[in-house]
Amino acid sequence: MAVTKPKLILMTAPAAIPTGEDGLLPERFQQWFADRGWAPRPHQLELIAQARAGSSSLLIAPTGAGKTLAGFLPSLIELSQAHERRNSSHFIGPHTLYVSPLKALAVDIERNLGMPVAEMGLPLTVETRTGDTPTHKRQRQKLSPPDILLTTPEQVALLIASRDAERFFARLSTVVFDELHSLTPSKRGDLLALGLARLRRLAPGLRTIGLSATVAFPDDLRAWLVEQQPDAPRNLAEMVVVGEGAPPEISIRHSEARIPWSGHTARYALPEVLEAIQSHRMTLVFVNTRWQAEMLFSELWRINEEALPIALHHGSLDRGQRRKVEAAMAAGSLRAVVATSTLDLGIDWGDVDLVIHVGAPKGASRLAQRIGRANHRMDEPSRGLLVPSNRFEVMECQAALEANEAGIQDTPPLRPGALDVLCQHILGMAVAAPFDLEALYDEVRSAESYRGLSYEDFEQAVDFVATGGYALRSYERYAKIRRRKDGLWALSHPKLAQQYRLNLGTIVEAPMLNVRLASRRGSKDGRPGTILRGGRVLGKIEEYFLEQLVPGDTFQFAGQVLAFVGIHENEALVTRAEANDPAIPSYAGGKFPLSTYLAAGVRAMLADPAHWEKLPAQVRDWLSIQREVSVLPSKDALLVETFPRETKFYMVAYPFEGRLAHQTLGMLLTRRLERARARPLGFVANDYALAVWGLRDMGALFAAGTPTLTELFDEDMLGDDLEEWLAESYLLKRSFRNCAIIAGLIERRHPGEEKSGRQVTISTDLIYDVLRSHEPDHILLKATRADAATGLLDIRRLGEMLSRIQGRIVHQRLAHVSPLAIPAMLEIGREPVFGEAQEDLLVEASEELMREAMGSEADFGAGGDFSQRRDLA
Amino acid sequence: MALAETSHRDEILPETRIALSGRELVLDVSGALWDPASRMLVVADLHLEKASSFGRRRTFLPPYDSAATLAALHNLILRRKPKTVICLGDSFHDGGGPERLAEIDRGKIAALQAGREWIWIAGNHDPAPPPGLGGDCLAELSHSGLTFRHEPTEAIAQGEIAGHLHPCGKIARRGRSVRRRAFVTDGTRLILPSFGVLTGGLNVLDRAFVGLFARRGFIAFLVGADRLYPVAPASLRPD
Repeated sequence: MAVTKPKLILMTAPAAIPTGEDGLLPERFQQWFADRGWAPRPHQLELIAQARAGSSSLLIAPTGAGKTLAGFLPSLIELSQAHERRNSSHFIGPHTLYVSPLKALAVDIERNLGMPVAEMGLPLTVETRTGDTPTHKRQRQKLSPPDILLTTPEQVALLIASRDAERFFARLSTVVFDELHSLTPSKRGDLLALGLARLRRLAPGLRTIGLSATVAFPDDLRAWLVEQQPDAPRNLAEMVVVGEGAPPEISIRHSEARIPWSGHTARYALPEVLEAIQSHRMTLVFVNTRWQAEMLFSELWRINEEALPIALHHGSLDRGQRRKVEAAMAAGSLRAVVATSTLDLGIDWGDVDLVIHVGAPKGASRLAQRIGRANHRMDEPSRGLLVPSNRFEVMECQAALEANEAGIQDTPPLRPGALDVLCQHILGMAVAAPFDLEALYDEVRSAESYRGLSYEDFEQAVDFVATGGYALRSYERYAKIRRRKDGLWALSHPKLAQQYRLNLGTIVEAPMLNVRLASRRGSKDGRPGTILRGGRVLGKIEEYFLEQLVPGDTFQFAGQVLAFVGIHENEALVTRAEANDPAIPSYAGGKFPLSTYLAAGVRAMLADPAHWEKLPAQVRDWLSIQREVSVLPSKDALLVETFPRETKFYMVAYPFEGRLAHQTLGMLLTRRLERARARPLGFVANDYALAVWGLRDMGALFAAGTPTLTELFDEDMLGDDLEEWLAESYLLKRSFRNCAIIAGLIERRHPGEEKSGRQVTISTDLIYDVLRSHEPDHILLKATRADAATGLLDIRRLGEMLSRIQGRIVHQRLAHVSPLAIPAMLEIGREPVFGEAQEDLLVEASEELMREAMGSEADFGAGGDFSQRRDLA
Repeated sequence: MALAETSHRDEILPETRIALSGRELVLDVSGALWDPASRMLVVADLHLEKASSFGRRRTFLPPYDSAATLAALHNLILRRKPKTVICLGDSFHDGGGPERLAEIDRGKIAALQAGREWIWIAGNHDPAPPPGLGGDCLAELSHSGLTFRHEPTEAIAQGEIAGHLHPCGKIARRGRSVRRRAFVTDGTRLILPSFGVLTGGLNVLDRAFVGLFARRGFIAFLVGADRLYPVAPASLRPD
């Protein structure tokens, strides 16, 4: 498929750009450029010059700038001049390693790199190595590697953990990291950082080239690319920044239709979305979650009277189905694709001339990167259309648009490397060869992400790998790694190497089940008949979602409404439902938290009526009424409204810190309110606000100072209250499970080994409880808490917010719900309610039994009665 | 640790009483069975030394499970002051468990056994009597109309009290689900939840329970934070 040609191989217009006169570009390359009527671009030449000087470089460029070729040119030139020649008796390892977050990207690069290599007749070989590469080819590659090896972070970890890693990488000169910005903020990036530290030791003088989109903190990436001396200032790679091309043209769809108060469907704007698709050649419609994609796709088809070819693309769809959509995009036979982040990165599958973003962009950089998927030509603007799905999102879209115009980036800063990943890496290094403790510590700290790693934490990690790292030293005799007489730490059993390889990697996916369409041999009396298998697999869905379903529940997936039949032999069986509207609202909130920058933007906009003129009239009116009946929060303050409604009392707070931080805050607030005897019943949280309801008038309590709002929102809630809640938080247990798998406490299960992840989930919960009560400083709990700080609980952000609002809490006691509170109030009943809900569910279930006449079919001996008594034994 | 050192948990808990085979029994919120008439306490599936059993295969679970399980048992015994304690089998995760037991945990068991009758029922994980530990070992025990054995039998078993299956009940509603350890009974037979802290559970709707209870003829008592929740089969969900 010659889809991607324009991106990789130079859309270089002939221009008055210096060519190779200074000798940077060898004759053969100059000729090749000239033959095509192209000229090398300045940044490409700059990278060649830096490589010649032995420097590492970070290239920041928008898509379409010939970034990838720039990354490879230094290697191509060096290899074309190399005197080494292959012969069968002499092992020659790879010269250049290219690491991409996407398998598909590696494969695509191989195809595209093949062209200049062939046309210039360069004496070099290029091959990919991914999880999909057949074993025999991988084995052959280890004996006879290509000059340029295109691969993924996991394969790098595998290669450095092999016994012949030293020989294999001895010749390595360059590592090229593609889409570096997408790798570094993750555990995958941590593992790769540790791998790079090892590669530097195996191949002294190693150069690196990072290719990245524009980020907020380029120095983080520059430091990531090169070796660090922990106690010295940061070493930085050189940096080449290619100016943005024509600025993107982004607009916000201001529909005539009523903009909803809440929700994420954007149904109101569908006609306009379809219209935009009609008036463009090829549109990418981005949404934030798979469920939004499903919903939007089916809604579009409902009104798609011209039957425009519109397709769906998300990570849970069957792989074959996704490949078909990609091929159709490439062939230009589609008019639109509704996609999630699966199309954020990598390959251009077609000539996209419009990107529509439905729902909140969540971050300015994220929006810029998505809009950049349109029109990969530097000199033409990308065109983007934002479709907010509710009123708060209108403001968020406006803030994102203004950030984009101002060139603001809000990507996260580099965070300290994860400890569970370190544990995995340590075992890998023992698999490669016996290691010296101090030497490995220094090596690990030469990676920017781990420069701050304390020796204590490092020792704990080694201890964890060896025997589980418990104060109670029960497992010495079964140690995985041991200190030998010569002082080196070595693997105690060769089969551990195999175990390591099977468990390698940092991506722990929620256990998924295949969803298979079954046909039903129904009997006419309405009773379910025999299920016939043999239908096709539609894709995969998280087991935890399926577990909540009751047979007969309908939900949306793979572009259709399905009825859940049951789980059978590790597959979820479904039938096509007759209903048009799925009964189970499967919108799984925003996966991406609102960026701090955009949150501040929305708060500023809210506080400044002069700014409102850019907003549509109905949003302006909404805010104006809010100003009349309540107040508008100022930029750094926190507005808290209390009001009664029907039989309950409500408190709505507007921190604008994203759903995750709000959920944590809600958990902590309800605990405190409970202690203050406000009798809270539950809360809901969205990206902008949270609403708590209860049986007592919280407004009156605050007014009487029992407690005051300052006390309620005091930072000390992050102390004991947080600890107490964490003890039982299922979110933390989920984080713990991930850490336990990555660190190697629990083995990853592989397809076919066991029916589902349920057993693992249970046991890690139990392990967590035991560990927490007996060894709260265990390294896995440290890793779990670090994850919680930035991940599912967003505690760090909550802490920053609590400190910002000290002394700036504005309480409005109202008689009625305020306009600003409406969105959060509407989510009550639609979003999951938090609080002591687990026990509530149990109470309900047991009340059902009470209602059933007690005897039922069961015989309960003496009168079939059982009773709940308050009684001392 | 001496018994007296642990604080006495004496708050009043709501109690669940059932009639089984004509006898009134108490389902304790800890997951144990209490027979007030004969002051007998029954716990199933302690699975002591489960972590160390995994340790031999180089999976290093926290080696505190025996201590935690024994601490829970200790609290329970302080609260109930039984004359007799029956451990309903699989008291150890494997036959080597008693030998691996730490001295301190061995001492705890001895302290718990002091002054009362202690019966180890054999389980499939620990068919032989635990060497070096006090108490009597029995394959099963019949006592005033009740039969205590590890594995439930498929035959009609009036008054059978068993463990082995680690029953759990799951409910789901409004897009959320809760899964808890559970007692299961039909008034004839009672299966206890597992007591050990590192023991997973099996859904009571699993086929392993077919043949023991009629499809809808039982009640699962789900273990909550401080009480039990009786739930009918119609409200239960499979995994």
